Amino acid sequence: MTRQMTGAKMVVEALKDQGVDTVFGYPGGAVLPIYDEVFQQNEIRHILVRHEQGAVHAAEGYARATGKPGVVLVTSGPGATNAVTGLTDALMDSIPIVVLTGQVPTFMIGSDAFQEADTVGITRPCTKMNWLVKETDKLASTIHEAFHIASAGRPGPVLIDIPKDVQFATGSYTEKAKTKVSHYQPRVKGDIDMITALVEAMETAERPLFYTGGGVINSGPQASTLLRELVDATGFPITSTLMGLGSYPASGKNWLGMLGMHGLYEANLAMHGCDLMINIGARFDDRITGRIADFSPGSRKAHVDIDPSSINKVIHADFPIIGDVGHVLEDMLRVWKARGRKTNSAGLAKWWEQIETWKTVRCLDYKADTKVIKPQYALERLEALTKDHDRYICTEVGQHQMWAAQYLGFEDPNRWMTSGGLGTMGYGVPASVGVQVAHPDALVINVAGEASWLMNMQEMGTAVQFRLPVKQFIMNNERLGMVRQWQELLHGERYSHSWSEALPDFVKLAEAFGAKGILCSDPADLDDAIMEMINHDGPVIFDCLVEKHENCFPMIPSGKAHNEMLLGEASTKDAIDADGAVMV
Amino acid sequence: MTHSGGVPHHKTERFLMSPLKIEKGASSHSAYDLRSHMSEEIETHTLAVLVTNEAGVLARVIGLFSGRGYNIDSLTVAEVDHEGHRSRITIVTSGTPQVINQIKMQLERMVPVHEVADLSVEGAFVSRELALIKVMGKGEARVEALRIAEIFRANVVDSTLESFVFEITGTPDKIDAFCDLMRPLGDVRLARTGVAAIARGV
Repeated sequence: MTRQMTGAKMVVEALKDQGVDTVFGYPGGAVLPIYDEVFQQNEIRHILVRHEQGAVHAAEGYARATGKPGVVLVTSGPGATNAVTGLTDALMDSIPIVVLTGQVPTFMIGSDAFQEADTVGITRPCTKMNWLVKETDKLASTIHEAFHIASAGRPGPVLIDIPKDVQFATGSYTEKAKTKVSHYQPRVKGDIDMITALVEAMETAERPLFYTGGGVINSGPQASTLLRELVDATGFPITSTLMGLGSYPASGKNWLGMLGMHGLYEANLAMHGCDLMINIGARFDDRITGRIADFSPGSRKAHVDIDPSSINKVIHADFPIIGDVGHVLEDMLRVWKARGRKTNSAGLAKWWEQIETWKTVRCLDYKADTKVIKPQYALERLEALTKDHDRYICTEVGQHQMWAAQYLGFEDPNRWMTSGGLGTMGYGVPASVGVQVAHPDALVINVAGEASWLMNMQEMGTAVQFRLPVKQFIMNNERLGMVRQWQELLHGERYSHSWSEALPDFVKLAEAFGAKGILCSDPADLDDAIMEMINHDGPVIFDCLVEKHENCFPMIPSGKAHNEMLLGEASTKDAIDADGAVMV
Repeated sequence: MTHSGGVPHHKTERFLMSPLKIEKGASSHSAYDLRSHMSEEIETHTLAVLVTNEAGVLARVIGLFSGRGYNIDSLTVAEVDHEGHRSRITIVTSGTPQVINQIKMQLERMVPVHEVADLSVEGAFVSRELALIKVMGKGEARVEALRIAEIFRANVVDSTLESFVFEITGTPDKIDAFCDLMRPLGDVRLARTGVAAIARGV
């Protein structure tokens, strides 16, 4: 016997059925009926943001920190169009989110009504799938289907556009269990013959390397556990993309550091010189490959990916394996163990020797300074003082993001939230809000540049309203740092519009919001200031004035290959080492 | 590769085999992808895509082509299974082998797409198009037009003292040839449907 209820009530029922406990949203005319239902229940918590873009980024942060889909509720017209950036960001980074948008009544669609926009038309290219629900009887099953599609296979954003008259009308509610099984069932088990061929190659490879990415995180914590087992058992070196940090611990024996355009010297040279590259859950992004014609010329490549269109898109895969990373790793381990746990130990020993000589370059060293806080130093101190906390790190986009990836150590998955594929400035403030909502007692830090931070700063209001003690660690160099760096290196130092003028006083701004503000410009005061930030029971804006013209190295300039990295001025063997830099 | 029409099969069964190392020159109707992976030659492929018959699905497929810069040489679409709510989109596209492969993979991963068949590599196939050609002329040219129409087995579906409308079905090449012969005989107006195609045999 199906239950009869209004469309608005169906939305809330369906979300509860799906196990949703939090919705990020902003009301408006076209969603008033749904908001009325939200008001009259207590199981789902609604977080009122200050801008719809903030709602979507908060949902992304929530999703990455929990593994559950993030849920957004916004109104029609400008509410929906404000969500486009977040949807595109989620599509690029494969984050599962379900966005519910209001729409004008069905009989007014196409008449240029108030706050009407062609939401499904506008969001078609930036969602995995979207729907306009025209009949209340279909609303519940559409929502259940949406959750399935957001999470199945390669995760991604979905959008359901719900006209207001559909929200008011009464229809039959379809239970989650009774919803027709979707035909969309991506393959999760890899082809065992190809897996065996890969294991065979692993047994004899002289210079093997694991190259892991966001797919390991998306597969779930079990995938990270299996990855660690496989890496430790085989003894192969491992590197990771920006999106994959944390799947293998930074303190692990075989960790080479991040690879790519701003990756570590040893990681990039290992990619270039390996003879067997095992890509697990990464997509050969252009930030990683550099010039494709020169990418790892002597290696055979395995590519494990749940998305068949990712394989052979950019780089030819000798061992293409379509499947969920977790399932494939399980099979790889089982087959490798059954075949006698073989590796080419002589070859591996020489390979590690080679890698150790690359490490002596100490590519992350920088010139320390006693008067000005170097951004690298700021992150080294942040790492030292926070690493033993229950810590989640978000970032904005730019130099600070790269330094955070280089100098912070990630021991577990789902603790690193950054906008990789789309590189959205303004991601970090709302993402930190979303993460804190998911983990109210954790230490959530948004490492930001001052320019990125201002883009969605209005979400500090959300943090204060919901008592979310997010720590905004702003590395303020009064510049658009990454742009300035490229202008210095590649555009003849013509600094076209890459400085931040008319910046607010961040301490006064924090107080205006009702949060705490801390200003620090002296390296000698940094440790105490960071401890003050950590210990304050509430949201904090930390204005850390840093060196204005520091460049982020190593860097592979665009169009170059991995072995044409630029290294910074301090990366010679005689420079001050990392321990010394701390004491200066 | 056979297609069991009407029986739902998981999209998961289609996956890319890594290419065999056999040189170019193999028959374009071979069932295996024998072309060199790194070939830069532009090829034309006819794809038959089975999709859910829902509002917005065609827009999503076309958006894929325009968003990623793929070519559409011809596109036809119609419902083919009313109860199952399925339509077939027949697309003729061109690109290098790597691009063609990406097009297929990107189509396959779309949620409303049930099946993508590359008729150009999966064996022999039949491809047909329909065109309506109006030829406006007088005297000897009119007679000549009728004679050519008879040779091509085109039907006359409209005639006035100064014009004919011919209806012709056939491969796109045949239609091109017919139009080329009509053009010198007078003013020509043309409407074409685009290519519909289906695999031969089982």
